[in-house]
Amino acid sequence: MLKYILRRLVMLIPVLLGVSILTFSLIHLIPGDPARSMLGEKSTESQLEQLREELGLNDPYVVQYGRFVGKILRGDLGESVKSQEEISVEIASRLPATVELTVFAMILAMVVGILAGVIAAVKQYSWFDNLSMSGALFGVSLPIFWLGLMMIWLFSVKLNILPASGRMSNDIELHTITNFYLLDSLITGNWAAFKDVFSHLLMPGIALGTIPMAIIARMTRSSMLEVMKQDYIRTASAKGLARHLIVFQHALKNAFLPVLTVIGLQFGLLLGGAVLTETIFSWPGIGRYVYLAVMGRDYPVVQSSILIIAVIFVLVNLITDLLYKYFDPRISYD
Amino acid sequence: MAAIPQTSPTPPEVPEQKTTATPKSSSLWLDAFSRLIRSKTSFIGLLIILLLLVVAAMAPVVATHDPTDQQLLDRYLAPSGDHWLGTDELGRDIYSRIVYGTRISIQIGLIAVGISAVIGILLGGIAGYFGRWIDQIIMRVIDILMAFPSILLAIALVAVLGASLTNAMIAIGIVGVPQFARIVRSTVLSVKETEYIEAARAIGAKNNRILFQHVLPNCLAPIIVQATLSIGTAILDAAGLSFLGLGAQPPSPEWGAMLSDGRAALQTAPWVVAFPGLAIFLVVLGFNLFGDGLRDALDPRLKQ
Repeated sequence: MLKYILRRLVMLIPVLLGVSILTFSLIHLIPGDPARSMLGEKSTESQLEQLREELGLNDPYVVQYGRFVGKILRGDLGESVKSQEEISVEIASRLPATVELTVFAMILAMVVGILAGVIAAVKQYSWFDNLSMSGALFGVSLPIFWLGLMMIWLFSVKLNILPASGRMSNDIELHTITNFYLLDSLITGNWAAFKDVFSHLLMPGIALGTIPMAIIARMTRSSMLEVMKQDYIRTASAKGLARHLIVFQHALKNAFLPVLTVIGLQFGLLLGGAVLTETIFSWPGIGRYVYLAVMGRDYPVVQSSILIIAVIFVLVNLITDLLYKYFDPRISYD
Repeated sequence: MAAIPQTSPTPPEVPEQKTTATPKSSSLWLDAFSRLIRSKTSFIGLLIILLLLVVAAMAPVVATHDPTDQQLLDRYLAPSGDHWLGTDELGRDIYSRIVYGTRISIQIGLIAVGISAVIGILLGGIAGYFGRWIDQIIMRVIDILMAFPSILLAIALVAVLGASLTNAMIAIGIVGVPQFARIVRSTVLSVKETEYIEAARAIGAKNNRILFQHVLPNCLAPIIVQATLSIGTAILDAAGLSFLGLGAQPPSPEWGAMLSDGRAALQTAPWVVAFPGLAIFLVVLGFNLFGDGLRDALDPRLKQ
């Protein structure tokens, strides 16, 4: 297993190199002068020259790329053109917010999606099956930014029961340890903060989690239907095993592999969808950071954030692959 | 020997004719089509797509107002007999804007998916057919593209190319390439091992001819399914980009841009946001339902 993990890590190198080349090239895809594009038409020639010098745009491509990779390997992502702050520091302060939101959305999607998929498969063609699968079909077609805005209108404007933006109310105090607010409030036993953070997470989490939820539900159902036809399920049933044990221990564990693949891939969707969701809910994470950078033409920030998100996505997919072994010991890695 | 009963409980003529007759030969496409329209969900999908096409073609007839005509005195009017879906921040008729927006959605769907399909089919076809190092290089490039969450890569591309509907379509087209390339490659891998390809090679057909005239035409079924499902995704992604201000620019009645414009008035005039979003949802649902049905209809394993 360790050998396999090492081999997979080595195989990541060309992908990560490619990712770095693509993100590096972004700035060179800008039509015309990137420096002028960033500083605007009113900038003076000396300001432009200074920025070109800072970003190393006057050097040959190969030198620029070498420096780009060298800096990344040292953990230096450069400086924001707008705020002049270190991008790595800015990303590090926003990453927990995005991770908290995406993980919350994914847990929501998995719990509801898998449960709905299992029940739909066990009670095939029942009203629940029809209802949940129609819901799933609708779910994959929903524009999340629209869903987000409609939820704000209903729950914040009309009913006034959920907050429309941010991670936590201003009047709540929380001692942060991990910067994952939900976790921090649990660790410190701060129930007022927990309730407040949870209510802030709910709408963006649902908006972000709806599409993965629908996809997971459909995948679980079809995978479960396949497994429930197998002989070992009939055997388990014949020897008088309780229904819930058959479904959850025998069938679901075997049906989970394709679902796991989908979950891994959906993480990418969540990280991408975070840009839209965080923009709507003013969620102070990387997605909103990317959006503001795009709007402000802060290309080094766009470059670095996208690189970081791609690396996270690649690693999540690697972890998904490694989890296969747990769910299907038949898979041989040698 | 037992006597064969002279009377049978049910008249066997009709079923017998059915079972003994040689199966009527029908093409894959005809067969798939008949299965497709028998499925309730894909039929609804087809109806939605047809409705979209009719509305787009007849937009000037179907619309009640000029989609860009501003009536500043009629700002944020609620839905009424005169303005069926209300008016927006510039007093424009939302219903008419949604009607004209269908044209933009079709344009986005076809052009973006066209870009993905052409590049993806070429890359996947070449990788699968020629194999070896060409396959390795092409598929590694595809892996790299797939390392980015697609909407994020599209946002980054539009950010550098400049915000416009054309650039949004190009970006969405590019991020859609990997899916086509992978599907085509895997189909080509199985098709190229068939006997008719061997026969074509035996009579001396050149690689180009085999690939483009024999292999790729036999990969059409999965390509069409992917294209249908991709149109829905492309419309959704383009609306997302326009919502962020990176796609269609004012005063274009693109649905995502309309939604974005209406955000500021969500509290007082929710219809400005609600209806364009419903339109996006309906059209994407249509393509998803139809694409799903198409996949089932073209899948020979599900053939009765």
